[in-house]
Amino acid sequence: MTPTFASDLGPLWPYLFIFIAGFLATEMWRWIGVLVGARLDEASPVLGWVRAVATALVAGVIAKMLLAPGGSLATTPAALRVVAAGAGLVAYLVFGRRLFVGVAAAEAVLIAGWLALDP
Amino acid sequence: MSAESAGDAPSHEPAASHRPRGGWFLAGVKAAVGVPGLVLFASTVGFGGFAREAGLPLGLTLLMTGGIWALPSQIVLTGSIAAGSSLAAAFVAVSLSAVRLMPMTAAIMPMLRGPKTSRLRLLVLSHFVAVTAWVLAMTRLQSLPREGRAAWFAGLGLALAAASVAATGLGYWGAGELPPVLSGALVFMTPVYFLVSMSGAARSLTERLALAIGLVLTPLVGLFDTATDLLWGGLVGGTLAFLIGRVVGRAR
Repeated sequence: MTPTFASDLGPLWPYLFIFIAGFLATEMWRWIGVLVGARLDEASPVLGWVRAVATALVAGVIAKMLLAPGGSLATTPAALRVVAAGAGLVAYLVFGRRLFVGVAAAEAVLIAGWLALDP
Repeated sequence: MSAESAGDAPSHEPAASHRPRGGWFLAGVKAAVGVPGLVLFASTVGFGGFAREAGLPLGLTLLMTGGIWALPSQIVLTGSIAAGSSLAAAFVAVSLSAVRLMPMTAAIMPMLRGPKTSRLRLLVLSHFVAVTAWVLAMTRLQSLPREGRAAWFAGLGLALAAASVAATGLGYWGAGELPPVLSGALVFMTPVYFLVSMSGAARSLTERLALAIGLVLTPLVGLFDTATDLLWGGLVGGTLAFLIGRVVGRAR
């Protein structure tokens, strides 16, 4: 059993905890990525695969954020969040591919739905 | 944004305009201003409030934003601390949430490096790989001359990181002051921005498929295992999209 964040191991312990479980746990993947990427040619099929996996991973992050959010957003129905996000995507594609339009449309649907369900 | 393909075709490089490195750095800073920076700012405000509720001191919370620089991993670590996890358990949980940084970094490196970019410089620059900067870089790097790309990315990453650290402090300080609908709307901004900008960036069939399959497959795997659903959704979804893209590409 390794110590927890709350263990009393001196004033620097919380920083060490964040350094190991936060910085090292994330940064090591970036460093491995640099080493792997150094061997990849811009036209190689392997890069195409790596890019597809990276895209699918980010898509997974998006899905998790939409379906299992934290804080007060978790009190809204999942269907409302999915519909609002879909509305944002449609607005983006229909109205000239502008990011602001997409984000604003999704937020408008979310807030309107939220207030309508829980006045 | 240029309409240039971000797909598998080798990039054609525009005639190099001889801007000094500082000029490219500033151009990167400028790219952070606008919707991407605003959305990241809003979502990081949410993280500040979350960390305060979990009982973290302000200094550590700011260090987490600057040092981890990947919002989902920051949330996982904060959750682990709040739950009283051991160091080893927290390390494993955060590592699992951050594996995606590896292919993301690997995919961007061949575009990012110039003829004289040192390995050390790339290792330092890789710290700025996170979804917002990654999506922006994937869409815009190919339209920049090679010698300006690393400086541009440094400017983009530093500007986004500085804004996010400020936003974390603001959220920490103002946590609990916001009405729930507003704080929920702030949190909602991140996935929507990612979804919309990724859809805009995905121009090849493979990338579109990877996006669509990842969106659907990950929550399905999550029904069975929430610790590794991202990994399986990404690995299986990305591979499937790649294979379909290859087969369709050959058939054409």
